[in-house]
Amino acid sequence: MSWFSKTFSSTIGRKLLVAVTGLFLCSFLVVHLVGNLQLFKGDGGASFNIYSHFMATNPLIRTMEIVLVLGFVFHIYEALVLTRRNKNVRKTAYAYNRPQDNSNWSSRNMGLLGTVILVFLIIHLYNFFWRARFGEPNMIDIEGTGYDDLYSVVVQSFHLWWYVLIYVLGQIALGYHLYHGFSSAFHTLGLNHKKYTPGIQKFGAFFSIVVPAGFAAMPLYFFIKDVVLS
Amino acid sequence: MAGNNPNSKPMNLTLKVWRQKNFQSAGKMETYQVKDISPEMSFLEMMDVLNEDLLRKGIDPVAFDHDCREGICGTCSLYINGRAHGPERGTTTCQLHMRKFSDGDTITIEPWRAGPFPILKDLIVDRSAMDRIQQAGGYISVNTGGVPDANEIPIPKDIADKAFDAATCIQCGACVAACKNGSAMLFVSAKVSQLALLPQGKVERKTRVENMVAQMDKEGFGSCTNIGSCAAECPVGISLENIAKLNREYIGAAFTSENV
Repeated sequence: MSWFSKTFSSTIGRKLLVAVTGLFLCSFLVVHLVGNLQLFKGDGGASFNIYSHFMATNPLIRTMEIVLVLGFVFHIYEALVLTRRNKNVRKTAYAYNRPQDNSNWSSRNMGLLGTVILVFLIIHLYNFFWRARFGEPNMIDIEGTGYDDLYSVVVQSFHLWWYVLIYVLGQIALGYHLYHGFSSAFHTLGLNHKKYTPGIQKFGAFFSIVVPAGFAAMPLYFFIKDVVLS
Repeated sequence: MAGNNPNSKPMNLTLKVWRQKNFQSAGKMETYQVKDISPEMSFLEMMDVLNEDLLRKGIDPVAFDHDCREGICGTCSLYINGRAHGPERGTTTCQLHMRKFSDGDTITIEPWRAGPFPILKDLIVDRSAMDRIQQAGGYISVNTGGVPDANEIPIPKDIADKAFDAATCIQCGACVAACKNGSAMLFVSAKVSQLALLPQGKVERKTRVENMVAQMDKEGFGSCTNIGSCAAECPVGISLENIAKLNREYIGAAFTSENV
């Protein structure tokens, strides 16, 4: 085996890939959140529709889309390989175990949380990405140019209570996943020092609350504004 | 003489103990009663009382590992009430005292559970997988020559302290037992850090970390997910920082060692 495949098939090497892809996916979350904040602009969706058109057509974004898919694939695949290995280590479970006395719930349930996020992601992609790329949304005229009216697709989806619920639950799972995952990724990269580790942990906690809360605010905003208050 | 427990009266306890005849046989939990346990007894002394009682009744005594009974050798193990080395932090099983329990308590006692630690009998597991990891690189093979003059090799105090902290690992295996994944990373990281921090150990740091990690994987230990239960249960307080150091050493070696 070459040094490269030996390194990345070791337990530490695989975990390194999970960490690097995880941090890359975190950067995607930031871009996705900031872009979608335009839903709150109150301009009837004009800037959101123009932004969506840009994201769907810009060659650089389209290339990054492929990198993003690969990021998800590697993150999930490597985590699955390691989880399978880890599950096999202790074939007989302890008759009596108290892991809650020595560790966080989220850190012990990354696989469960990741699975919830994946299910959410499939629903989310089917409803928005799939319909935007392959469906035929209504056209809307913005300053003389025709755009797909994705804004209306989003807003109408968020009028359904069960859809809002799926989103909120998905974001709660994401929050717990990030709460462990963000700072854990730095640890896996070998970055642990009394100078900056407390800062990374604090920022990780902040990130794990603010990003999912920002995403969850979108369905909640349109549901409360258009359904509850109307 | 009273211990921490204000109630220093003798205790009666119910013990649920894992019994397994040998390596091949299937084991099961058995329930025993022990009477008149003094709060001043260590946990292992309580086990001795149980075994004397079992011998009198003609039952095979419970096999468990122990040696120094002073908390320094790392031979004792036992998963007590869902925790490696019992409910008290920073202690080995032999240094756990019965004053931490109350009269009428039920105590569940199990062996370390991990594939690379096969159960030999009752509560005794074979921990030689850790020895094989150590043999794969946890040593210095360079010829260090004669005895150097004192202070000829300057080692900063903070580095010496860190290396010493890592060197306190007694190889008991509590980290593996407590880890959800059965990972031996805390143990391996302590050994790798200790040697990589000091000038004599630095010479072989790259091949050492590669060989020890390869052996760790070969023995079938799980991977680290930075849960932290290992460091929380470690009787000598090996810090999680060592695992980050191991990752750093490993990644560095992967890209710079001479092993292609």
